[in-house]
Amino acid sequence: MSLKLLWEHLYIVICSEALAIAVGLPLGIICYLYPKPKKAIMQVVDILQTIPTLALLGIIMVFAGAGKITVIIGIALYSLLPIVRNTNLGLVQVNPGVKEAARGMGMSKMYRLFNVELPLAFPIVFTGIRIATVNAVGSAVFATFVGGGGIGFSIYNAIKAQNMGQLMKSTAALVIIAVALDFGMGLIEGSLHRGAEGKKKKGAHLSKKKA
Amino acid sequence: MYGKMLINSIVTHVCYVIISVTIGFVLGLIIGILLSRIPKYSAYIFPIVSIFQTIPGIVFIGVLFLYLGMKPVTVIIALSIYAMFPVLKNTYTGILSVDEGYVEAAKGCGMSPYQALFKVELPLAFPNVIAGLRLATVYTISWAVLASTIGLGGLGDFVYQGVSSNNNTLIIAGAIPAAILAVVAGALIDRLQKKIMSRGTRGEAAK
Amino acid sequence: MIKFDNVSKRYGKKQILNKLSFEIPDGKFAVLIGPSGCGKTTTLKMINRLIEPDEGKIYIDGKDIESEDKVQLRRSIGYVIQQIGLFPNMTVAENICVVPKLLKYDKERCDQIVHDMLNMVGMPYDEYAGKYPNEMSGGQQQRIGVLRALAASPPIVLMDEPFGALDPLTREVLQDEMKKLQKKLNKTIVFVTHDMGEALKLADTIIFMEKGQIVQMAPPEEMLKNPSSSLVRSFLGKHSDGEMSSISVEDFMRTNIITVDQDRGILECTERMARSGVDTVVVVDEEDKYVGTVSIRDIKLRGMGENTIKPLISRNVQTVQRDGNAQECFDYLLNSGDNYVIVLNEDDTLAGIVTKNSMAKALSEALWG
Repeated sequence: MSLKLLWEHLYIVICSEALAIAVGLPLGIICYLYPKPKKAIMQVVDILQTIPTLALLGIIMVFAGAGKITVIIGIALYSLLPIVRNTNLGLVQVNPGVKEAARGMGMSKMYRLFNVELPLAFPIVFTGIRIATVNAVGSAVFATFVGGGGIGFSIYNAIKAQNMGQLMKSTAALVIIAVALDFGMGLIEGSLHRGAEGKKKKGAHLSKKKA
Repeated sequence: MYGKMLINSIVTHVCYVIISVTIGFVLGLIIGILLSRIPKYSAYIFPIVSIFQTIPGIVFIGVLFLYLGMKPVTVIIALSIYAMFPVLKNTYTGILSVDEGYVEAAKGCGMSPYQALFKVELPLAFPNVIAGLRLATVYTISWAVLASTIGLGGLGDFVYQGVSSNNNTLIIAGAIPAAILAVVAGALIDRLQKKIMSRGTRGEAAK
Repeated sequence: MIKFDNVSKRYGKKQILNKLSFEIPDGKFAVLIGPSGCGKTTTLKMINRLIEPDEGKIYIDGKDIESEDKVQLRRSIGYVIQQIGLFPNMTVAENICVVPKLLKYDKERCDQIVHDMLNMVGMPYDEYAGKYPNEMSGGQQQRIGVLRALAASPPIVLMDEPFGALDPLTREVLQDEMKKLQKKLNKTIVFVTHDMGEALKLADTIIFMEKGQIVQMAPPEEMLKNPSSSLVRSFLGKHSDGEMSSISVEDFMRTNIITVDQDRGILECTERMARSGVDTVVVVDEEDKYVGTVSIRDIKLRGMGENTIKPLISRNVQTVQRDGNAQECFDYLLNSGDNYVIVLNEDDTLAGIVTKNSMAKALSEALWG
């Protein structure tokens, strides 16, 4: 297994997560702001994650052709559920006292969203991104079947060549990436949540004073 | 001709999934319960379980293929092991997250540890267990598509051949039924959960 | 009869119970009370062996409970805990029948028990038997919690702050019901609470604990009359209807009073009175020692031409010491026609005032809580 495959794998994960965040974050915000399309959006992203990865990649390949683009789109679609769900959840869970205070100070809906609610919701949003990223490391193995390369290529070749050593090495590389990402992002998440708790306490204090 | 092959593939696929998920579910449930009885040790065992969960299904299939050769049993064992992890994890965390007050009330009423487990802890952990079953099923359907990589049928045959020969019709013929299968299975389990769950715990599951 | 014989328990270095010995006779309602961490809940949970003692023995009807099977023992003792105790996955009927089923009663008998139990607290069977806990109010849930404990007719029922999470009104109703049920069924009840009002209302015997030991064990009236320590007295607090003479002035004086310095100008003083809406202010010197009072009347009559309030200060108002006898203070207020007396600390600094209003308030609190 070469470094090139490793890099390819990471490249696929990073690009697809970037795409998933770019699409999922606005979708999550829409779910929060407009309850009507919420149900439909949640159902669609839920179904997207239910579709078998290889089937999803196959369908996309019909339109986008073989290659990395297909994989990146596919895994991004796969990653939408945790990101959309947690964005919505994080926004819903922002302390109502803080929301009221922001409204009371005369902030506009959009100003409130970007300057108060989203920053406070961010720790939970980040949890969603972490879950999506760790899952993506595993799903990206499928890339090899639609010509996207990555560690999956090495695993698949090892199976075909009945090379147990290579299979183990490739798997180990995959697991290490997944665990390292999970751990590293978990650390960031922990510090984010601690920060948010401090903010929340202050928020509660404010709202009490107001009452 | 495609029609007959398609039906054959669907049947094979469904068989793989049902057998493996059943075995995986039973194993996961039992091991999950056992681990929940020894939470002290489980604190160390659990991270290892989580690591295993990050291993893609293809690796299980691959390793067993190298040992057992190209038999349906290879796929079934591999998928069963894979299906076991989400059930195991959810059973364990589900039981441990049951409020201690209920467990104490059960003890205080004079339930033996077994009775407390089966009458109180497991029923309260049930929504979690079913969520694990749903994950296991959806994943298994997904990885069963890969069974074709070692030439053992299922809907993956279509997708795989289609992808290798750049035949869009073949891809769609395999991918769409596989997608529908997964979505239907997910919906069925959701229905099952609503039906089985008592009115009393439904509120808890929503949390 | 429940008997504790030199029972001790420690967690690590912390001594939870220290050679605890007491007896609760059959058919008595015993209430364990004390500050948090005093060991009352630990004591309760030892009776059904949810917690085991390190030393000492516990006997029920002369039998050492250690020699009995834990599970069997618990089936013969009712147990009620805070709200959470109902199993949310079971209906009301199933919850009530948990212990009867464990005891392998047949279905008809279980059914009869559910009917009888619900009947006893006036909850119609048809309406409630099939409900799940989360479909009922907190008060109803806790009623079922009590019924569940009583279902297999255990001679002893343990209750761990069962009404703590309820609103005051519901709590009151349930306490009344509990007392009636106990009288009617003649159960031995051990009840943990931190609410003295609840203890006084329910108990035949109050067991007051502190730091793992019994401070006082007495019937409610006895404890009210002769609290054995200042801690017990402070717990009794407003419930104490002991002689008024034992209450001192400081218990009902007002402390947020308007004062001025004796060198202040008249204008400043009147403005202060106007702002606070009072017609008299207390004058103190720079060390906060009491000097006298100035009323708006004095200023109006004699204030012309004066700069400071010093010449207008009157010392006619009665003063009392803060630990003085409340009864004398009340007598004075009632008989003299004065509206207030000044309360002083030992060093003659100002402590507060007692008005007819604050006196009436203190009296009503003592009478009706």
